[in-house]
Amino acid sequence: MKRLAKWRLISFLAILTLVLSGCGEPYLSALKPAGEVADTQYDLMKLSTFIMVGVILVVVIIFVTVFFRFRRKDDTIPKQVEGSHKLEIIWTVIPILLLLILAVPTVAATFKLANVDQMDKKNSKALVINVRSHLYWWDFEYPNQKIVTSQELVVPTDEKVYFNLKSLDVKHSFWIPAVGGKMDTNTDNENKFWLEFDSKRANDAGGLFYGKCAELCGPSHALMDFKVKALSRDDFDSWVKSMKDVKKPQKAQTDLAAEGQEIFNNSCIGCHAVTPSNQMPDTARMAPNLTNFGDRSRVAGVLDHNKEDLKNWIRDPEKYKPGNMMTNKYPKMSEDQLDALAEYLMGLKVQQ
Amino acid sequence: MSTYAQKKGFGATVWDFLTTVDHKKIAILYLLAGGLFFLVGGLEAVFIRIQLAVPNNDFVSAGAFNEIITMHGTTMIFLAAMPILFGFMNAVMPLQIGARDVAFPFLNALGFWLFFFGGVFLNLSWFMGGAPDAGWTSYASLAIHSKGHGIDFYVLGLQISGLGTLIGGINFLVTIINMRAPGMTYMRMPLFTWTTFVASALILFAFPPLTVGLVLMMFDRMFGSNFFVVANGGNTVIWEHLFWIFGHPEVYILVLPAFGIFSEIFSTFSRKRLFGYSSMVFATVLIGFLGFMVWAHHMFTTGLGPVANAIFAVATMAIGVPTGIKIFNWLFTMWGGSVKFTAPMHWAFAFIPSFIMGGVTGVMLAAAAADYQYHDTYFVVAHFHYVIVGGVVFSIFAGVQYWWPKIFGTMLNETLGKLTFWLFFIGFHMTFFIQHFLGLWGMPRRVFTYLPGQGFDTANMISSIGALFMSLGVIVLLINVVVTSVKNVKVGDDPWGDGRTLEWAIPSPPPFYNFKQLPLVRGLDAFWIEKMEGKKGMTPAEPLGDIHMPNASFLPFVIAFGLFIAAFGALYNGEHSWAIPVIVIGLLVTFGSMLVRSVKDDHGFHIHKEELMDDNDKGVKA
Repeated sequence: MKRLAKWRLISFLAILTLVLSGCGEPYLSALKPAGEVADTQYDLMKLSTFIMVGVILVVVIIFVTVFFRFRRKDDTIPKQVEGSHKLEIIWTVIPILLLLILAVPTVAATFKLANVDQMDKKNSKALVINVRSHLYWWDFEYPNQKIVTSQELVVPTDEKVYFNLKSLDVKHSFWIPAVGGKMDTNTDNENKFWLEFDSKRANDAGGLFYGKCAELCGPSHALMDFKVKALSRDDFDSWVKSMKDVKKPQKAQTDLAAEGQEIFNNSCIGCHAVTPSNQMPDTARMAPNLTNFGDRSRVAGVLDHNKEDLKNWIRDPEKYKPGNMMTNKYPKMSEDQLDALAEYLMGLKVQQ
Repeated sequence: MSTYAQKKGFGATVWDFLTTVDHKKIAILYLLAGGLFFLVGGLEAVFIRIQLAVPNNDFVSAGAFNEIITMHGTTMIFLAAMPILFGFMNAVMPLQIGARDVAFPFLNALGFWLFFFGGVFLNLSWFMGGAPDAGWTSYASLAIHSKGHGIDFYVLGLQISGLGTLIGGINFLVTIINMRAPGMTYMRMPLFTWTTFVASALILFAFPPLTVGLVLMMFDRMFGSNFFVVANGGNTVIWEHLFWIFGHPEVYILVLPAFGIFSEIFSTFSRKRLFGYSSMVFATVLIGFLGFMVWAHHMFTTGLGPVANAIFAVATMAIGVPTGIKIFNWLFTMWGGSVKFTAPMHWAFAFIPSFIMGGVTGVMLAAAAADYQYHDTYFVVAHFHYVIVGGVVFSIFAGVQYWWPKIFGTMLNETLGKLTFWLFFIGFHMTFFIQHFLGLWGMPRRVFTYLPGQGFDTANMISSIGALFMSLGVIVLLINVVVTSVKNVKVGDDPWGDGRTLEWAIPSPPPFYNFKQLPLVRGLDAFWIEKMEGKKGMTPAEPLGDIHMPNASFLPFVIAFGLFIAAFGALYNGEHSWAIPVIVIGLLVTFGSMLVRSVKDDHGFHIHKEELMDDNDKGVKA
């Protein structure tokens, strides 16, 4: 018995440490909410968890009592009870009341999170972003600012940001766990929702949130990550301005980069744009826009942001993202060409 | 007829099973085939957990991983859980209502062979260019986009096996409505029979939408139509609706029979009648009804709008009420009882806390606004494994141990049974509890790997170790089956000693005609009532007379086999010139044998009164 008690203590402590450390990473976890939407959802989670823990406690008490009190001790036949109307009414009515307590805030929150009236108002100041998902990459268009970027979403903090979501190949789902629940990008229609990024908690998370694709979309579904840079409104405005200042492809800074730019213009520019004011319709944007590639934090959404990984990626994209649409779309590159390309691409920055 | 022969060679036994229309033998076929697919699906699960044990693992490739998860889900739902439950229904339900067989023995065999060939066809995809890889839900945009023949195998295999399931469901419905013994009113039926009844009704209404969806997808993929091709005016959200209008009731098709099995076990080993029997029946019917009103909660993030989401959220929460009623009724069945913790009772007892975990996360998921966070993450994976493993798989293990003596005439070893339980129980919670947190920490489901540095590493390792324990539990069960079969110690009519329902009133295994004379049922727990009055068996409701039995037939096998052939033709349509002839040949085989069945008179045969009297002296027939 003593050994058993010890084991119980150990497992209890283990569970406790797990629970205390169990909130996940601030840039990724739904349990570390960093915005109004995630807060609303976190509150609902807590409410439903409390109600459910209460139910579980009642069941556990009866359960444990049964286990100890009603074990078979002799061969007597217990009284055959048909039921009890009183008990049955109790365990029908109380759950209904508990569910009502949960249902009212659920319905309220569902309508609140679906409210995108601001998007459709005339002269609305609200920031709108068109999200277009492709096989394993994300395209972000700011229609009012007339700029396009990819893979790394840039948003202002402390205001509602509205999203139009659509997929251009198969169904994906747009999810920034720390900031709010997901919304599918359908192939059939445009979905709309909003998120809000809290400045203080964005700082705690390092200013960079992780975004995920949450709907199975093929082999590299697991690797369809994107990042979200949350900036203050002023910094965001200056970012927009510096993006808009790129009217034509940026000049390469070094000789090597100039060489890389030439290779890029010969082999890559057919799919990848390097100017943000992309006038083409979304369906014509075949590959991630690279205007500010040098400012980003990942290569292809998942690899470290350095020249070596960039070269690896261009050398054999299939190895890093199976099923991607880039493989075999361009001639094989020599090591020198890769060096030049990496130099050029890493130099594509709009912010100093 | 041939079942009368005592010792048979191997070939004769195989032929017997290929042609049998006896519900008890078909039950064994279902258990065998379902058990085999369960092992295949389990192996796939182990591969999944090995791949995910550490970040950036390359045990399997990304494409292969998607095939494995798709086949794991599809196999476990369609080819393992449902057939094994069908096995129990076949083995037990006719005995529980005091019938000599199901209403349509020929159809019963046909249902099995359709399921079997559908399942075999689906699994042949592994050896013929790749398995389906769009998830068991096979959402249309990805399924249409998928290269190779994987999805075609899914679409065709599930149509064939789904047809078998539908036939089985209708057969059970007719059996329960028409073939109850004298005195067996609806409100005296054992709860397992009731849940079989309601689950069969669900099958009747749930499988047609799935079939419609599959047929549309078959036309899109194989015959060039555009139902789901958005560029040509199709719509992929329709597939989601069709799939989930089937998919959600499917959960109850699985879990209601599980509830039935546990109800029998709680009552038997507590030596007490089921607490609140009529409210249990009412709750079962209500769950079945509400099960059709909630499908869109699988689509909260599809963008149906707040009105639809709110309605489906509240409807989903409502299902919590009848389920709660059931939990408390089970607890109070044991309360005041004399509870014996046999191996089946271990599963039943552990089912309560395990299933409650799945139930409460179900209510959490029902809160639509919060579901936007849970949806398509490991939280959902944890939830439905708690429901389906903690509910359905536990009930399968419990049912195997509980009814093994009735089906095979020997008792599975209790100690090994309890060992299986502990290994599986610990492994199950270890694997899936932590996955709730993984989902909340931001891990989407169906990912073939994850990058380090996101806080997922330890939890995934714990989860994978849990899978090892579950595997060990299954291996111990297999050893138990082998040991028990080799020892082959025969048992009597009521080996648990506490049997309450009619199946325990006849020999184990029962003679092929089940009841020599149909029993007179005088109340709920018919056999228990007689035992309590000091009687040895049931009072007959009819004088001893000739019994009319159906003839064995090879036609069900051939009908199903024809569709199996035709499916290969459909699969390669447009690629090979032989495709169309193969379709035609396959369909000719099927419809030809149906024609033979229609024109050939088959009146069955009679067991004569005199032979039955002889049986009295000889005792149990195997």
